[in-house]
Amino acid sequence: MSDANKSLLKVNNLSVSFDTTEGSFDAVRAVNFDLKKGETLAIIGESGSGKSVTASVIMGILTCPPGRIKSGEVLLNDLDILKLSDSDRRKLMGSKVAIIFQDTLSHLNPVFSVGSQIAECFEVHKNLSKKESWNRAVKLLERVRIPNPSKRAKDFPHQFSGGQRQRVMIAMALALEPDIIIADEPTTALDVTIQAKILELLGELRDERNMGLILITHDLAVAAEISDKVIVLNEGKIVEKGITREVFINPNHTYTKQLMDSIPGKTTKKKKKISKKLFKPILEIKNISKFYDTIACDDVSFNLYPNEVLGIVGESGSGKTTISNLILRLASPSNGKILYHGKNILNFNKKDLLNFRRKVQVVFQDPYASLNPTMNIYDIISEPWVIHSDFLDKKLYKSKVSDLLISVGLHPDDAIKFPHQFSGGQRQRIAIARALALNPEIIICDEAVSALDVSIQAQIIKLLLNLRNKFSLSYIFIAHDLPVVKDLADRVIVMKSGKIIEQGVVDEVFDFPRDKYTKDLLKASPSIENLIS
Amino acid sequence: MKQYLSKRIFSSILAITGLFVMVFFLARLTGDPGHLYLPIDAPLEVRKEFSEKHGFNNPIYIQFGKFLGDLTDGNLGYSLRKERPAIDIVLEAIPVTLSLAAVAMTIALLGAIIIGSLAAYSPNGIFDRISRVVSLTAASAPDFWVAITAILIFSVSLGWLPTSGIGGVPYWIMPIGILVIRPLGLLVQVVRGSMITALSSDFVKTARAKGIKENIVIFKHALRNGLLPVITVAGDQAAAIANGAVIVETIFGWPGIGKLMIDSIMQRDFAVVQASILVTAIVILSINIIIDIAYAVLDPRIRHK
Repeated sequence: MSDANKSLLKVNNLSVSFDTTEGSFDAVRAVNFDLKKGETLAIIGESGSGKSVTASVIMGILTCPPGRIKSGEVLLNDLDILKLSDSDRRKLMGSKVAIIFQDTLSHLNPVFSVGSQIAECFEVHKNLSKKESWNRAVKLLERVRIPNPSKRAKDFPHQFSGGQRQRVMIAMALALEPDIIIADEPTTALDVTIQAKILELLGELRDERNMGLILITHDLAVAAEISDKVIVLNEGKIVEKGITREVFINPNHTYTKQLMDSIPGKTTKKKKKISKKLFKPILEIKNISKFYDTIACDDVSFNLYPNEVLGIVGESGSGKTTISNLILRLASPSNGKILYHGKNILNFNKKDLLNFRRKVQVVFQDPYASLNPTMNIYDIISEPWVIHSDFLDKKLYKSKVSDLLISVGLHPDDAIKFPHQFSGGQRQRIAIARALALNPEIIICDEAVSALDVSIQAQIIKLLLNLRNKFSLSYIFIAHDLPVVKDLADRVIVMKSGKIIEQGVVDEVFDFPRDKYTKDLLKASPSIENLIS
Repeated sequence: MKQYLSKRIFSSILAITGLFVMVFFLARLTGDPGHLYLPIDAPLEVRKEFSEKHGFNNPIYIQFGKFLGDLTDGNLGYSLRKERPAIDIVLEAIPVTLSLAAVAMTIALLGAIIIGSLAAYSPNGIFDRISRVVSLTAASAPDFWVAITAILIFSVSLGWLPTSGIGGVPYWIMPIGILVIRPLGLLVQVVRGSMITALSSDFVKTARAKGIKENIVIFKHALRNGLLPVITVAGDQAAAIANGAVIVETIFGWPGIGKLMIDSIMQRDFAVVQASILVTAIVILSINIIIDIAYAVLDPRIRHK
């Protein structure tokens, strides 16, 4: 066997279970795969599929108990690391195989400078002096293109942007020139243009050093962009494996097909054409600006028409959420007017404002943080009626809560449960039910599907569209994920640095973008189309 | 950070001023010192002369004005009992208390960090369970009882240690031991709690994935993050001891600030009361400022605010 074809890593028949008070459950079941030099393997799966647990086992950082490795081998250059002593295994971790995590703010130690965290690798594994280690750390930061590396090395994680922190994490993983890098959702929290750059950097480093790369992701498009082969995990089992292109063109397993179908951005159905002459706008935003220490929103104007879905896209810091806060009157604009049915909401008195708030509701991004964990579902959904006490007779609360739960696809019996008893997707349904409680005209969805798995995301989008017709709602749909907006919105606004740079009917903007920034955004957005077409 | 510190120092000065005014008036509510200092059958003229000599017959606002005037000259008044400048007496007592506090807190803090971290390393393990019971007992032990029992055992029955007084190492053992117990018990619990959080943080995972040894993971990566709440509680405890380890100083006859304050209140020795409160207040506020600085040193996120 030639050296090039030798497996760097072989995982044989790996099974992991977790022992909890409610019994033991299998997180990883008889998983097999291998990885060769210069190769990229994508492990695809939704939350709870066992992909991160597999990575933890390879890195020797699975917490046992509750975790327990039931069977299997993890062969690193033909050496079973599961059989090694802790100190022998530690010598391989970081030097032969290294990992890049998703949430870099919490995965980098907040109290040490990034330089010292990278330098630590050299001190621990190579016994280099502090000074020499530091110099090498600076070189690595330069390699991952952190500007002004010798100065920045002294800075702490919180002083970097999300994309830069991911570069720091990559530099740390590269330090000892490992044979394998595992990237656990390396770009999930990042903006699409930053994501594209990070993926490019990873690919470049893989080729430069002929490393094996394992990419763990829930995003099929990301896997399509960079990987040579994939395995698809569902409930701890491999349901499909093969060459990336073949799997995406011709998926065999129903779960893979279902995942492929859930990918947003493929709908071609006719969008509603809102004739501006026929309808008066519900909401007119006129030249609003908001200045904090910086300009958050600069001379923004747009209209929202009845029964319309208006998408607002842009990267972090583009001013999307500021606009949502201004419409909700959670903040006041520095300049400009917001007209609701022709009346300026900025001049509303207390009573008018209360009535206005009844008509404009919001669904937030994180369904884990937006529902009070100490309230049951009945209390959560009925709370708006307690605040707007003239809206509904108390005797009717129960039946109305049941109606709302049914219309968002839950069961009336769920009313007595608490938020922690639901999954992320179900929680988002509860948040939507709460938003519907007061018969609103407008629902603002601020990244409402960003935190969800792709199959759940597809369900929620479907639900939102159904509810729009049923309750004749208008949505302002704020998102950084372009394909999702393409599926859902009728019109779209593209924002950058607080300014609207392009707006129009979704299909026109997405298919024939005029502005350079819109073009860049669309180009950076990963897609599987390039791979299979 | 500099701006924050100067703000803190300014507000501390305000607090001390307010405290001082209050103490001046409250001390005078305890009654006429003449009653305590003169024989019970002293004739009226003698009492009058005593009051006049010390200015107690003046209206209170004139006494206060004189007190403020003296203060600007750095004069905190004379002790009635000892007939020496009050500040001298206080400055003799405060080092005794501060050295007690410093030694006791160092031992308590180091002990708590080691015991608490090891307990947090495997929560509900055997070491954790034992340390939890012991630390809870320690945190709730009444120190006067422990002190007297300790004297009974180690001095009276066994004769190993002196009952009271100051001197070499044997004189320190019991007072320090008693002072350490409660802060140690409390701090072990705080360290355990914050270290459990720190050890389950994501950055600890990163450190382990780098192949770093467990002792470095615990005592470098986790501890530096786990220390912040510990510092707050430790500072609180240190301030309490500096405020006068009254019971320990009284029982073991240590001439510290706590004992001095109690004695001078009993004797209506106003000048000494005022001077000791001023000095103690400065010490406590300094401890608080030191805690703020320690926070900033430990956590760059605070430093950059």
